[in-house]
This record gives sequence, structure tokens and C-alpha cells, in this order.
Amino acid sequence: MGQRTPLYDLHLALGAKMVDFGGWDMPLHYGSQVEEHHQVRRDCGVFDVSHMTVIDVSGPQAKEWLQHLLANDVDRLHGCGRALYSAMLNEQGGVVDDMIVYRTETGYRLVVNAATRDQDMAWMQAQLGSYQVQLQERSELAMLAIQGPHARQKIAELVTQSRGTLIHQLKPFEGQADGDWFIARTGYTGEDGLEIVLPADQAPGFFNDLVGAGISPIGLGARDTLRLEAGMNLYGQDIHQQVSPLAANMAWSIAWEPAGRNFIGRAALEAEKAAGVQFKLVGLVLEERGVLRAHQVVRIANVGEGEITSGSFSPTLSKSIALARVPTATADRAEVEIRGKWYPVRVVKPTFVRHGKTLI
Amino acid sequence: MSNIPADLRFAESHEWARLEADGSVTVGISDHAQEALGDVVFVELAEVGVTFEAQGPAGVVESVKAASDIYAPVAGEVIAVNEELSGSPELLNSDPYGAWIFKLKPSNAADLEKLLDAAGYKAAIGE
Repeated sequence: MGQRTPLYDLHLALGAKMVDFGGWDMPLHYGSQVEEHHQVRRDCGVFDVSHMTVIDVSGPQAKEWLQHLLANDVDRLHGCGRALYSAMLNEQGGVVDDMIVYRTETGYRLVVNAATRDQDMAWMQAQLGSYQVQLQERSELAMLAIQGPHARQKIAELVTQSRGTLIHQLKPFEGQADGDWFIARTGYTGEDGLEIVLPADQAPGFFNDLVGAGISPIGLGARDTLRLEAGMNLYGQDIHQQVSPLAANMAWSIAWEPAGRNFIGRAALEAEKAAGVQFKLVGLVLEERGVLRAHQVVRIANVGEGEITSGSFSPTLSKSIALARVPTATADRAEVEIRGKWYPVRVVKPTFVRHGKTLI
Repeated sequence: MSNIPADLRFAESHEWARLEADGSVTVGISDHAQEALGDVVFVELAEVGVTFEAQGPAGVVESVKAASDIYAPVAGEVIAVNEELSGSPELLNSDPYGAWIFKLKPSNAADLEKLLDAAGYKAAIGE
């Protein structure tokens, strides 16, 4: 038996098909993952993401420590309530994890992946050294993501007036506490929406209220196709300890300035840049029928070979799409081997759908 | 509990088979199989005229989640494939016993007797 979120019994009552995800028993879908996907793109839906790890960082040197720990620079967070996306790298420049960092009244809140919880905690503890920093894992909290073009409007009507006002005021990549709730305008779907961290004992009631108000529960299956269409990396597939952020479409999240900020992995990334980055992450679109899957081989004429890191069927595009790591030179056409046969694919920027609109 | 029609025969690999009046055998996947697969988005159909061995590979059904091989419940020659599944693979989810995948001219119609009946299949999937 895996770990259970506070919403486990509700998922079963809603008819969820449960699967193991990183040691957690989580809902894969509640009937049709394709329908759930469309629901989020067209309206809104609610995900239980309580399996994700929330870590609060405080202490007089919290900022200095995070500037050392992370490839992005928390000094860019001008004021309480701002958030940014960052990689946490090892000395070789590989990705230990990716996360969202929120600046809070007492320090910083990190939300990292569920499956990497143990490796992240061990890595962070090992990097504390003499920094005056406290790490507090908040496993007593639950987390819901409500995503979709109508998510904020619908949620604002179902919560207290002050929370409703906050939801209307939040700009993208902002998050603020209201009482014992933390409400952020972030997500993993490519749509507008919220992520709400709240005490575990309040989560079932709130989730029930949302479902009662007609907001569909959405499983991890649709979460994966939504993030894939949005071109967002999945840790363990598109990125891991042996992958550089420069080869994972994450260069934008590396803060090179100030040049004196010596974050972990910086030297390795600078050496990689100086030598020339060998691989890049691209998007693939299969024009014929079939489904691209992780680990299928990608062949680019006169350039070389690469590999699909994530592939699936895109419900929005009604065709198969993938993220693939290929030689930097790449080309606008490639071929993918599926069950011994080679299929032509289009090579595109790795963002297929954002805010309901097709980008390819 | 999935739907298991009493007039069909089943393979342990979750295909159903029906002996038709003309001696041909119609093949699809069970309700239990489509439920386990989730949303089907692609069916790789065989070509008419090829010959399958019993339990031999007979195509691929891909759901959003994964690709799954399908197997011939009995040996025989493919005499028809359901082209409708090319454009509407989701029919395997919505109507698993109506949406057949291929029809065989069986090498030996008696082979159907070796397959599970509805009660046997129900037991095999633990329902």
C-alpha cells in the first residue's frame, strides 16, 4: 500500500482508478482522462496534488543559501508574494529537481516533486553547511490545483470574501497567505489557475465543495497530457540527475547575473556552454496515426540521433506529440522508430498548447 | 464489474471471439480490457490476407497511457478488419462488443472450444 493523501477516500467515492505515483496512491482518472483534459482546457478542473512536497525555508541566511542552492536567483523575487521556477543542480550541472519558489512573510516556500522527496531532502540537508537556515517540511498540509480558463472566477465565488479578493488580485506567478491557506496563481497545465495549500483536515471539505459546484476532479493522466502540451518538463523523464538544464529547454530559468553568484552547478554549466551545448529539447508532432512514447529513437538526416523523453496522444491536437532530446543542430523534419518502422515527424518548439490555443 | 456477454468466448489475454453463422470468427477486446487500457487513441490493424497463429501477435491497441499488443484467440486468416477504428478508435471504449477489430477464417473452428466461456473469463479476471 502506498502513501495516501487526505483525499484518498473521496477519490474512491468519485470512482477514481488509482495508481502508484512515486510511492503514493493517486487518481489516474475518474472515467476518461481525455474528457478530463478537455475540461481543464475549456473550463476548469481540480487536481489533488497533496503528494507534492512543501518545504518552508527560514532563518537569517535563507536568501543567501537559496542563491547558492538554486540555478535561478531568489533575489529576483521583489517582495513577499512573488514566485519563480528554478532548477536545483548537482556539481556536474545535472538536475536534482525542479521547483517553484515563493517568497513568503517568513522566508521562502519551496514546492518540489513527490517522487524526489527523499533525494531532495538529503541534498538540501547536505548543502546547509554553516548557513543559518531552517528547513521545515510541511507534510501536514494538503495541496489542490484548480486549473482552467474559468478556475479563478469559479473559486473566488466559493471562498471567503477576503480570499476571493486575493484570487482576483493575484498576478501570474504570485502567491499569498490568507489565514491558514496559501493561494498561488501557478500551475502545471499551461492554463490560468490556482494552487492552494491548506491544512489537511480542511482539504476534503473544500474538494467536496468544488466538486459539488460542478468543478470536475481531474486525475494524473490528464495532468500529464496537459503539461506535455504546455511543454513543461516531467522530472524523472525529461530531466534528471544526468541532464543539464541547457539540454532541457530550461536555459531561461538560469540566472547568470550577477556573475559572482556561485550557485551549485554553475562551473559545470559554464564549461558546457564554452564547449558548445550538444543537445537540446525539442517538440515532435507525428502527422500519421500512432503514438510517440518515451525512449523511442529519433533520427535526423545528416545530423544524428536523439531520444523521446515524453510522448503521448495530445487530446487538444488529436495527434501524437512528444518532447525529445536531439543534437543541437537538429532540423525541421525527423523520423521516429515505432515498433521497428520509421515514421516522419515535424520538429517544433516544445510548446504545443497554451491558454487553450494551439501554437504549432 | 465489467460486462461479459454469455454468448462469447474469451482469451486470457482479454480478446473476445464469436463464431458467426458463416463459420468466420469475429474478434475484439473485452470490456474489462478497455477499462484497464483507458481512452483508446489508436488501433494498429492487421492486413487482410495475413495468417495468425493462435496466441500470436495480431495488432496493437494504444491508449493515452500505453501500447498493448492484441493476440489472435485462434489460428486463422484475416478476412476483414474494422476500418471504422482508424478514424474512431474510441469505439473500443464506448462499445467494446460492437466494435470488432478483425474477422478470421479459422484454421479449425473447434479451436474456439479451447477458449474460456463467460464464467471462466469472469473467474480469470477475478470478478
